[in-house]
Amino acid sequence: MAKALDPHAAIVTEAAGPDEGGTLRTADGRPLKQALVRSSRRARRRAFLLVLPLLLFILITFVVPIGQMLQRSVKNDGFSANMPSLSAWFHENPRGTEPDDAAWAALAEDLQAAAKARTIGVVGTRINYDMPGTRSLFTSAGRKARSGVEPPYKEAILEMDQKWGDPKLWSVMREASSPYTSNFYLAAVDRTRDEQGDIVSAPAQQQIYVKLFMRTFWLSLVITFMTFLLGFPIAHLLATLPMRRSNLLMILVLLPFWTSLLVRTTAWMVLLQQQGVVNDVLVWLGVIGNNQRLQMIFNQTGTIIAMTHILLPFMILPLYSVMRTINPSYVRAARSLGATSWTAFRRIYFPQTLPGLGAGALLVFILAVGYYITPALVGGSSGQLISNMIAMHMTQTLNWSMAAALAALLLAGVLVLYWVYDRLVGIDNLKLG
Amino acid sequence: MKRTLILTSALIAVAASAQAQDKQLNLLSWGGAYGNSHVQAYVKPFEAKTGIKVAVSDADNPATPIKGQVEAGNVTIDVASVEYADAVRLCDEGLLEEIDSSILTAAGDGTAAADDFIEGAITDCFVGTDVYSMILAYDDSKFSDAKPAGPADFFDTAKFPGKRTMRKGAKFNLELALMADGVAPDQVYEVLGTPEGVDRAFAKLETIKNDVIWWEAGAQPPQLLADGEVTMAFAFNGRIFDAAQKEGKPFKIVWNGQIYEMEGWVVPKGAPNIEAAKEFIAFSTAPEQQARAAEFISYGPPRKSAAALVGNIEGTDVPMGPNLPTFADNMTEALASNLDFWVDHDAELQERFNAWLAAN
Repeated sequence: MAKALDPHAAIVTEAAGPDEGGTLRTADGRPLKQALVRSSRRARRRAFLLVLPLLLFILITFVVPIGQMLQRSVKNDGFSANMPSLSAWFHENPRGTEPDDAAWAALAEDLQAAAKARTIGVVGTRINYDMPGTRSLFTSAGRKARSGVEPPYKEAILEMDQKWGDPKLWSVMREASSPYTSNFYLAAVDRTRDEQGDIVSAPAQQQIYVKLFMRTFWLSLVITFMTFLLGFPIAHLLATLPMRRSNLLMILVLLPFWTSLLVRTTAWMVLLQQQGVVNDVLVWLGVIGNNQRLQMIFNQTGTIIAMTHILLPFMILPLYSVMRTINPSYVRAARSLGATSWTAFRRIYFPQTLPGLGAGALLVFILAVGYYITPALVGGSSGQLISNMIAMHMTQTLNWSMAAALAALLLAGVLVLYWVYDRLVGIDNLKLG
Repeated sequence: MKRTLILTSALIAVAASAQAQDKQLNLLSWGGAYGNSHVQAYVKPFEAKTGIKVAVSDADNPATPIKGQVEAGNVTIDVASVEYADAVRLCDEGLLEEIDSSILTAAGDGTAAADDFIEGAITDCFVGTDVYSMILAYDDSKFSDAKPAGPADFFDTAKFPGKRTMRKGAKFNLELALMADGVAPDQVYEVLGTPEGVDRAFAKLETIKNDVIWWEAGAQPPQLLADGEVTMAFAFNGRIFDAAQKEGKPFKIVWNGQIYEMEGWVVPKGAPNIEAAKEFIAFSTAPEQQARAAEFISYGPPRKSAAALVGNIEGTDVPMGPNLPTFADNMTEALASNLDFWVDHDAELQERFNAWLAAN
């Protein structure tokens, strides 16, 4: 007898005819539907086991680290974990309470404990994020507190430094006494909190992130458009040439794609700098004078040129794969029905390339938004993007919470644009290759 | 009884010598020419003298693995070379062992180590090994008559035409701007500590903003100078020295207005071989070893008594002395980078600097 779990066996018994109750049963008398569900569940489980390694890999290397990183943008327990008594005092007393003797005593106790545990630097760093110039206030107080603080605590601590009486400092400490904060997001959109805890604009000379977000999205759009302008004719040529010649051309597209990003960026430096090849040729031809050499790199122009070149294959390849499948007889039919070549292109050919164009544009745009090596090398001051600020906070200022907040906003921006794209073009229309 | 005693002591001696041979030290350095100077001047003589085996590994910035290892509770590094700023920060965060300065070797004339080191070279957790600096450099072939002589000339594009290159960041540049604006080196941080001083520094930078190419990697300034893209650079002295010395480029260093900083040894908290680490630190920071290291790379020894011992540049018969930031003549208009100021104001001024750069 066939095993009950074998679907073929079930079908065989089904062919044997319905039983008295009207429901189909397998040979061992269980309802057919149940047996089928069971067997397909087992198959699904096996399939799941096959993809499980990949799933775990993605979970461990992608979802968990990104989740942890994003968590940092709202959570920073540098103060609350190391100054427990003072944090407790802040929770018991509402905003606006003048620091009383209990508060000063808690501060003295925490300072001594943190100095002994050598975590005072962590506390100072956390407060310094919200109020620049206070890190050394904590570390020097810690150094003094290690030898002991005698009551009355208020006088003793003010003796160390008058800055301890600053209401702004107490307001900032109150903010930091909870491990969760929205301050990093506020800072990421050029906002800050005043002494009352209200949200206000950051000082004009500190405002930078909103401008850089706008610039990042604008430059990415420009670069996407440039890759479209340059890539469309090439993709068309590749798709219509005989196979042998188009393969040769394809290598020319792919060769730079396989070359290291840094090599290509450096090559652009050699070409575009003021003493570079392009300027030399222009001077030699007499187009410009020797002292009128063009500034084409270390500014926005440099960023656009280098990034357009680097991202070009991401536009050409999806376009090419779509164009290859377009039947040339449609355009011929349109022409024979009297359409001009422009009309035939606009109404017949171009709409058919949209899935490839959509995929290419989305790829190029999303890659461009997150680019940072190229703008760092050739962008000078006006070609910096938001990712350069994220990198700076990761590696130089070590303010990872700030980096995480900026990265989260960037991610949100891309998701919103993706949603808009889905609304306008439809994600089903995408053809990646 | 006597035999037992002899046997026992022999056993102990064997065990002790076996232990001495087993002794090992894990050193984390930077690699490159700088790491090589550590190996040649410190590691090889140390192994020859003590028999302790030193395993050297490299990192882009050894401070990063220290933080990682101590926080994970799995420390394998015994000694690491880090920048002064990182040493202070790691020390404040409790990630380093304290080093007692009494273990250090005294100077040849008997001066205690604590007095022989330049100011600030020994802290709770850190012993300085060398001094490097940010200096002004120019392409000699571009200025035939007058030569640039200090920070003010760097900002004078009328007298010394051509583009400049500066590090992309607030640190070093604000100090240089103030010195160019006439602030004496010993007043720089006092002025920079006030809002007016910061405004003044940015206003001075503004005067050459359109003539500056900003560099990020240390290798860029000599490259930009060599390409003729810039005529003057504000860069690390070692890089410019290497390009001038090894590749024969016509680069000249202006020591007036140099801003110097230190690198040195630290011991991560919970290092496995602390005693060997301390032995190594005492050995490598002795004046002779410090002087030897300076012959391999143009970073100056932070000990006063070591300066006179520095010989010729390794492999040549050119004296290294005058090429070091710590050479007496080079120190007359020098500024010691103030770490406390920068840990407090780094984020704030860096953000302002970026905002200033982004505003066209």
